[in-house]
Amino acid sequence: MPIEPIIKILFIFSVMVMGLAPIITWIERKQSAVMQDRIGANRADLNGITILGLLHPAADVIKLMMKEDMVPEGANRVMHMLSPLIAAVPAIMAFAVIPFGGVYVFGDTTLNLVGADIDWGLLYIFVLGSIAAYGNVVAGWSSNNNWSMLGGLRASAQMISYEVTMGLTIVGIFMVFQTLRLSDMALAQDTSFRVLGFLDVHFGLNWAWIDWIRLPAWGIIYQPLGFLMFLTAVMAENKRPPFDLPEGESEIIAGYHLEYSGMRFGLFFMSEFIEIILIAALTTTLFLGGWAVPWLSTETIINGISSVMGTGFATGLCILIHFVSFLLKVIFMIWVQMLIRWSLPRFRYDQVMSLCWKILLPLSIANIFVTGAVLLWVKG
Amino acid sequence: MTAETILFYVFAGLAVISALGMVLNTRNTVASALSLVVTMVSLGAIYLLLEAYLVAALQIMVYGGAIVVLFLFVVMLLNLSTDEFPPGRQRLIKSAFVIAGVAILIQILIAMGNDPLFATPPEAVPEGYGGYRQVGIQLYTDYVLLVEMASLLLLAAIVGALILAKRKID
Repeated sequence: MPIEPIIKILFIFSVMVMGLAPIITWIERKQSAVMQDRIGANRADLNGITILGLLHPAADVIKLMMKEDMVPEGANRVMHMLSPLIAAVPAIMAFAVIPFGGVYVFGDTTLNLVGADIDWGLLYIFVLGSIAAYGNVVAGWSSNNNWSMLGGLRASAQMISYEVTMGLTIVGIFMVFQTLRLSDMALAQDTSFRVLGFLDVHFGLNWAWIDWIRLPAWGIIYQPLGFLMFLTAVMAENKRPPFDLPEGESEIIAGYHLEYSGMRFGLFFMSEFIEIILIAALTTTLFLGGWAVPWLSTETIINGISSVMGTGFATGLCILIHFVSFLLKVIFMIWVQMLIRWSLPRFRYDQVMSLCWKILLPLSIANIFVTGAVLLWVKG
Repeated sequence: MTAETILFYVFAGLAVISALGMVLNTRNTVASALSLVVTMVSLGAIYLLLEAYLVAALQIMVYGGAIVVLFLFVVMLLNLSTDEFPPGRQRLIKSAFVIAGVAILIQILIAMGNDPLFATPPEAVPEGYGGYRQVGIQLYTDYVLLVEMASLLLLAAIVGALILAKRKID
């Protein structure tokens, strides 16, 4: 078995999933504390050392491990045990197609920094999303509890509705980049375009400064409405506030994971946080240029550095720059999601449904139509 | 045996076992629906092994995901219990279906035995065959009329469902 995929899998798993997810629980605590004028997590300490509350994720894990793993009476044992896995595993698997760097050439070997560079990458993520819905529905059903059942029903209706919309909101992006392969999409955003280029092309005004006013060719520039709608739809898909109807603490206590304790509850909890990272990575790849550094294409970086230090070192440094750029964008998107989560109150259920079917769906279809018309007009 | 063959037998076995589980399970409707999910996903995995990626994705997304979740939703809402279907009649219906299924299977096997298509080894498909690009182009050029007809049918079904659902409210 080749060694390269294993290294990639280990890297993705340890950095993107197991590395970031516990830190996010800390970020959430601290950010909510700042937003609500509190101090936040600072009590978990090791001989008085608290490191700004960074020990809390570890304390969480120890606590969840030590708790009794309860299966309620009358529950379907097998399904009750399996459903946290059904919820968590697809979220982790989806990282396989997220490119965290481009394609780099070292002499005669090429390095492609994506786990599985498949042609139907986005479809793969949708496939996993539709499987993940079962985790919540089955958890709600198998717990033998009315509140859980209601949570499971709400989860199934909400996730099915938003899955349809989520697919339609990014059709515009498919049309712009002409591909479903995520690494190709990121590569297509590794350039910039002249904002006033039409002056040159249509009116023949070839002033030198037109070349200097440039914008990165990111998805968000081509599809601003698509970006907002996609972010709304995926956040609803993740079932966190303001879309946390399946959990709805005030009405149905904790919804589908009411009867879970210990590490099985922890898995539901973790899968939500892993999905936050996934959403951030996906929006970064689709709309925020992926690993690309704005205004500096891969060639510019490598040529710039290699004139001083040699090509091999320049390529290595370029990988680092791209990965840091990707990570910074992902952290920014995580921050945006936390901001929304702690700013807005929970929607009513009919509001969530009408937002999906009456606002997002018609708007996304209009977006597809307008994108198609503009593409036809521009490309002829 | 190559890895593909082993995986094929694993998923084919899963598909058959879970399909049987769906039909033979009389106690629990939700468990039946979940067996159907396993069948659909295993079929999707078999399509993957055949490198029919678009079909595999659609199989899992549409059948394994959307449609069966709706089944599950309805089953959970209605909360059916066994006494709503008397066991005698259920057994009758099931044996009828089993006989029909076996008859169809025999028909298919005979047809496959006679068809020259299955006697010759398969040809290699061209690059990108059955990918989303080719399927999309085909659907919206050669088969656009059929696509539109299907969408009209679906629209009629939606309107019909709305009328059925609305009648009680107004």
